[in-house]
Amino acid sequence: MDAEDVRRATWRMAHEILERNHGPAALVLVGLQTGGVWLAGRLADVVRQVTGEDVPVGTLDVAFYRDDIGLRPVLPEAATHIPGELTGATVVLVDDVLFTGRTVRAALNALADYGRARVIQLAVMVDRGHRELPIRPDFVGKNLPTRRDEMVDASDDGVVLGDIRPRPGLPGAAPTR
Amino acid sequence: MTVAVDPGRPPGRHLLSVSDLGADGIEEILRLTDSFVEVSRRAIPRVPALRGKTIASLFFEDSTRTRLSFEAAAKRLSADVMTFSASSSSLNKGESLRDTVETIQAMGIDAAVVRHRASGVPEQVARWLDGPAVINAGDGWHEHPTQALLDCYTIRQQRQLRGLAGPGGGPSLGGLRIAIVGDIRHSRVARSDVTAFHALGARVTLVGPPTLLPASLSGWPVQVSHHLDDLLGDLDVVYLLRLQRERMDEALLPSLREYTATYGLTRARAARLAPEVLIMHPGPVNRGVEVAAEVADSPAAVITAQVANGVAVRMAVLFLLLGSGVDLAAA
Repeated sequence: MDAEDVRRATWRMAHEILERNHGPAALVLVGLQTGGVWLAGRLADVVRQVTGEDVPVGTLDVAFYRDDIGLRPVLPEAATHIPGELTGATVVLVDDVLFTGRTVRAALNALADYGRARVIQLAVMVDRGHRELPIRPDFVGKNLPTRRDEMVDASDDGVVLGDIRPRPGLPGAAPTR
Repeated sequence: MTVAVDPGRPPGRHLLSVSDLGADGIEEILRLTDSFVEVSRRAIPRVPALRGKTIASLFFEDSTRTRLSFEAAAKRLSADVMTFSASSSSLNKGESLRDTVETIQAMGIDAAVVRHRASGVPEQVARWLDGPAVINAGDGWHEHPTQALLDCYTIRQQRQLRGLAGPGGGPSLGGLRIAIVGDIRHSRVARSDVTAFHALGARVTLVGPPTLLPASLSGWPVQVSHHLDDLLGDLDVVYLLRLQRERMDEALLPSLREYTATYGLTRARAARLAPEVLIMHPGPVNRGVEVAAEVADSPAAVITAQVANGVAVRMAVLFLLLGSGVDLAAA
């Protein structure tokens, strides 16, 4: 996907979010640190253009809720910021890439500490498969079959696939579009 | 009073001294503390990060705020806490410190928070324990690392809240002029604060009568003054230490009244400070001695913020040592 593909997918996902929820009322977009933060902002931009309304945008860091604490290094990227109370809200959790589902599991536990949302939905730019938990996205930019050992990078510049380890003789991962 | 310690640093992951951390380690803890300040503000201020971990709180010396602060930090991380207090323990039956420590380890702990009136005890405990992390919660006149961390965090936070400092690229306390006033000699807080403030770029002046300054200040990265009045116009932070009244019988001071007249932050002195100067104190405060009651309650005083931030800073330290998988010294 190039930047234009990502822009179109974002536009479509924002419309799907509005359609599913009958407009922006009670909507709260929560971007996961760090990959989902830009996408939550873009989705809010589109919602504003389409409806003229500002929806609250928050960020969520799930480091303290991960199930691999003690198995690998875990540090939060930034403090969580949740705008207002989530009880009764329609929360759309936003991330760049959906993979095993473990980050989303941690995010669901974290969100519960901010109140009882009426409904929580999941929006991701890329669903790359290989789920390890019974979690599925509600809004998807692109379904992208991948190998387990591939790396997926999704930003507003586009979506790139690469090797996790740099190949010998190359200065870094060599991403391919 | 000092216990003999073996040379070299004990193996394992511990927080024994501020100097173990270095500037980068301190900055990393301050950054992480932002996340725990957010957790502490929630309706449910608890995260599951240290579920299943057991933290022993070993206070061989009296403490209210530090012990409660560590225990609150551990509980907000969902760790289990075993509390030990020297006055009701088998130490009174003649059990040695080493046997006490090894008994507690045998019950299965992941960390020990140690306070003792003798310098060096936490380090010695770290040698005896095989595995658990040891956190120095204050040892003798030596160090009180988490106090220094919460003081650095409070200065950074309060200056940001007052619009005095952006989160720019430099060190957190770069260029700040900090006076530490009072009983420096007996103060583990002063020792840890000097190291931390200096590491983060502050210029520190120690202020007090010669009898309350250490015998030798060689190697301390500080200026020294005996005249608080000379400095008042050129400060960003005034850090007042508790005048340890229990030491009055050592005839280090003529009288409390004379101390207050020369080194107390009275209303008259506070009026000469610039409006954005922060007034700090590690507690407990002797109102009317090192600081006037009205000054301690003024908006410039951030003593309550220090206490609140103490819980978040200790959460950050416990999480780094027990949960993050990141080496504290190399963070």
